[in-house]
Amino acid sequence: MNIHVSPQPTDTADDGIAPGGVLMEVRNVSLSFGGVKAITDISFDVRKGEIRAIIGPNGAGKTSMLNVINGFYTPQQGTIVFRGRERRAMKPHHAVRQGIARTFQNVALFKGMSTLDNIMAGRSVLMRRKLFWQMLWHGPALAEEIAHRRVVEEIIDFLEIQHIRRVPVGKLPYGLQKRVELGRALAMEPSLLLLDEPMAGMNLEEKEDMSRFILDVNRQRGTTIALIEHDMGVVMDLSDRVVVLDYGKKIADGPPDEVKSNQQVIDAYLGVAH
Amino acid sequence: MLYRTAGQFKTSYYADHALFPVRQDAMLLGFILLLAFVVFPMTADEFVFKALLVPVLIYALAALGLNILTGFAGQLSLGTGAFMGVGAYACYKLVSIFPEMNIVVAIALSGFFSAAVGVAFGLPSLRIKGFYLAIATLAAQFFLVWLFEKWAWLYNYNSSGAIQVPNIDMFGVTVAGPNASAVVQYYFVLCVVSLITLLSINITRGRIGRIWKSVRDMDIAAELVGINLMKAKLSAFAVSSYIVGIAGALFVFLWRGAAEPVLFDIPLSFRVLFIAIIGGLGSILGNYLGAILIVALPVVISALPSALGLPVSSATVEHLNTMIIGALIIAFLIIEPHGLARFWAIIREKLIMWPFPH
Ligand SMILES: Nc1ncnc2c1ncn2[C@@H]1O[C@H](COP(=O)(O)OP(=O)(O)OP(=O)(O)O)[C@@H](O)[C@H]1O
Ligand SMILES: [Mg+2]
Repeated sequence: MNIHVSPQPTDTADDGIAPGGVLMEVRNVSLSFGGVKAITDISFDVRKGEIRAIIGPNGAGKTSMLNVINGFYTPQQGTIVFRGRERRAMKPHHAVRQGIARTFQNVALFKGMSTLDNIMAGRSVLMRRKLFWQMLWHGPALAEEIAHRRVVEEIIDFLEIQHIRRVPVGKLPYGLQKRVELGRALAMEPSLLLLDEPMAGMNLEEKEDMSRFILDVNRQRGTTIALIEHDMGVVMDLSDRVVVLDYGKKIADGPPDEVKSNQQVIDAYLGVAH
Repeated sequence: MLYRTAGQFKTSYYADHALFPVRQDAMLLGFILLLAFVVFPMTADEFVFKALLVPVLIYALAALGLNILTGFAGQLSLGTGAFMGVGAYACYKLVSIFPEMNIVVAIALSGFFSAAVGVAFGLPSLRIKGFYLAIATLAAQFFLVWLFEKWAWLYNYNSSGAIQVPNIDMFGVTVAGPNASAVVQYYFVLCVVSLITLLSINITRGRIGRIWKSVRDMDIAAELVGINLMKAKLSAFAVSSYIVGIAGALFVFLWRGAAEPVLFDIPLSFRVLFIAIIGGLGSILGNYLGAILIVALPVVISALPSALGLPVSSATVEHLNTMIIGALIIAFLIIEPHGLARFWAIIREKLIMWPFPH
């Protein structure tokens, strides 16, 4: 996929981090809901250009971790360092502007809007024309609309969803909705893409397609990806490094092979889940 | 063959972004505009202007304003009547204080007052949603109508407490007040309403419209694609209230000729809301269809029995009207929540297919 650089890029374009350098770091994060400790003192990092998997049994705190990273939750303790900037609390729409995009465990699309509009909505932050030009439509607003439409059409081609361009996403089967949601995240041109169980509820063929898309995004665009996934086969195939959570604690961190043979992981997760 | 789209290929994104990708739609609109700008003015009499054409346009505009807020941005408002009142009183004060001001300018400016008031009363939407927001706008409704009554400066300390539209000329033609002719007022309203409709179509089909719809469909996800919810909601309140305010100014200056505070009370808010719902939330065309139905229905109900020779009192007409509209609303909410606009979409779809069933 060959994505044009948008006319007004977010400040993600040039972050001065070499491939393999630390793009995002989670430092001693703890998060609790009332009495429930969702995350306890977790630290790990994500390197630029890698696919980082986050795994663990149900309720381990994986989704909560992503929510902390993109500013949806504010942790009671700890900080997030993203592209050298340290912070604890931020609004999700600021995280987007800094280059963090995500998809959701339970698809969070705009149900009444078409596939095209959903993905175009992902480019809202990259578009600049204000009310005045929008009212006139012809001229700068239309030129901007078309420039972004081109990029969106490339994403649509890449994800092979041309045939559902005009369909309201609420009418699409789950597998396709997940794909549209990935498209919307890609439209934001993120430098860090967070995927929460992108293959949940898919059949084998759909999973293979999705794996291929994720790998292509990572390789061709160089997008760094942090991914939550339950299917161990997929995790082993896709990821460069894996962090394992259990009851809100980190129990292992390393390359897939190493993690797979870790006794604690086998006890906590693989042994139980299979 | 009427709606044959075959052979109409789009060769560029420009063509795809045209207002009417299908040629027949453009022709249909051309036909309607011909009716509105040429045929009606030549054939209609005073009664038709005053009882049908002008109110349809003004109610459609008010419903369009509400629809932007509720149908596009998903924020329910029950204060439309009061926001119309803000536009009307603002216009009244403007022409009182600056009698030399062009009436078009005065009306355009009065929209900014209702926009500001709309944004102020839209602030709770940042915290509350749905039913609770509706209650907050209801509070605005009560407060504003109370203000129209108590703040004598607004009606220039008239003993009647009502505002009376003076004769207002524009380029030597009387457009408002007792001396204005119905056809002039009709043209005036038609031009304003057409222009605002066009601008609204443009706004809703571009970036801002998408942002509003995102907030409507799932506000959390909207925030997570980088949309600033506060800006999105308040801009919807601003644009919506601006249009509603203009509708209010037209309502008094180009149609009623006079107004007292109670005119802007809850029944007006509901009337506009019904038009938006019956027409179709999230549709621009629907506002017109809804307004035609709601405005024409009482006229038809009162004309029909006498045409058939049945004596029906005006009170009965009133009751019948209320009952039918009530039944229609319930029917629409159950059968077709997307309103008349969806019916048209379905018919159009069928015409495109016709004469082939599939
Ligand atoms: N908003 C919330 N309020 C209260 N408790 C929450 C909230 N979100 C998560 N939790 C709790 O925090 C813990 C971690 O939940 P989380 O959703 O992060 O798990 P997960 O690893 O994503 O699980 P799964 O694999 O089922 O998606 C759970 O005990 C959950 O009940
Ligand atoms: Mg989860």
